[in-house]
Amino acid sequence: MERTEIHELSAAYALDALDEQERLRFEEHLAHCEECQETVAAFHDTAASLAHGVEAQPPPASLRERILVEARSESDKVVPLRSRWAVRVSSGVAAVAAIAAIAFGIWAASLHDQLGERPQAIQLTGANGQLLVGPEGAATLVVDDLSAAPAGKTYEAWVISGEVPEPAGTFTAGDGRTAFALTRSVPDGATVAVTVEPAGGTEAPTGDVRFSASAT
Amino acid sequence: MAVLALSRNPVRAGIGSDRELAHLSDEALIALVARGDDGALAELYDRFGAVAYGLALRIVRDAALAEDAVQEGFLTVWRNAARFVAERAKARTWILTLVHRRAVDLVRREQFRRTEPLQDVPETGGRTAQDEAWLRLERARVQEALKRLSDQQREAIELAYYGGFTQSELADRLGEPLGTVKSRMFTGLSRLRELLGEPGHEEEQWNAPKFTS
Repeated sequence: MERTEIHELSAAYALDALDEQERLRFEEHLAHCEECQETVAAFHDTAASLAHGVEAQPPPASLRERILVEARSESDKVVPLRSRWAVRVSSGVAAVAAIAAIAFGIWAASLHDQLGERPQAIQLTGANGQLLVGPEGAATLVVDDLSAAPAGKTYEAWVISGEVPEPAGTFTAGDGRTAFALTRSVPDGATVAVTVEPAGGTEAPTGDVRFSASAT
Repeated sequence: MAVLALSRNPVRAGIGSDRELAHLSDEALIALVARGDDGALAELYDRFGAVAYGLALRIVRDAALAEDAVQEGFLTVWRNAARFVAERAKARTWILTLVHRRAVDLVRREQFRRTEPLQDVPETGGRTAQDEAWLRLERARVQEALKRLSDQQREAIELAYYGGFTQSELADRLGEPLGTVKSRMFTGLSRLRELLGEPGHEEEQWNAPKFTS
């Protein structure tokens, strides 16, 4: 996607006018684009002002109590931060929580939501990181210290669940942590593999597998 | 500008809340929520619950769904407060962003007819006169700013934010290329951002609100 074009999406993102896939893809960009992070922060403020453009309505009195009761019941079993991730993921939980806490700031909320309450986190083979798979197969790759693809090349993800690997999007490596939302869902038992391909990506893999993970 | 200075004050739904908490900033309350303080969550709800519910109702147009959106929004605050980075966002923005996103998710799932007019919901009161005045001022200010966008920008922003339409749905609905819709949202929101800048930095021809509602 053109650079200006993806920057322009910061408005649609702040207005919640992206569909799920677009939202995840934009968050992947947002994770390592400081300019967009600043724009989105400002646009979120503006959007929040729009909330005041409609008449405030006192909610039913019962709602307050319901929220507090639910919050208290959760706090019995939950340490507020990271718990949902920590339940499933023993090692490497730091990577998962850190991506939310540091890389995205507040914007991580929707990534977390999109992956569902109990995402699977699978360690990558061949790289330092994880594949996160939500209940409906929405998946994100989180990779640490991935070196940039060679000039004229790109990383491309593949979902392999049958005979033929299916392309799941191309991405570039950023400094530190790279997060990439796959453009294709990952069914149970499928393998996700990443290869280096000519810029723009290909329909079938031509390069060696750099790293991979298998969903159970 | 004494009246505008009220915008710094919290807006409460009028339910009694802890007196000490009432003096804390929104961001300080989030920090307490992160440590599991449910009184702080209650205080935030008292400050923003009515605005959040009004917004959710505008989007989902159904009382039960609007309650769900507000509940899920505030519970997300409860669960994720430790992640909130005060340097990067205002608490108000975060809370309303979460509620908005929930409401939009719900309305898309339900496929409600979002263009039908909203039924009047009777005011049940409960807010103080001061809060009421602030809310009216802020509402008038936002509506005034919206009026100063081009018709096309305003249409795109209102359908997206209040209607819950995706940019692709908007393009279909308006019969315009997707790129055009994206640009309208971007230029419109940029303009709104200028118009709604901090009070005091505003252009002088800001019109006094009319209390007609």
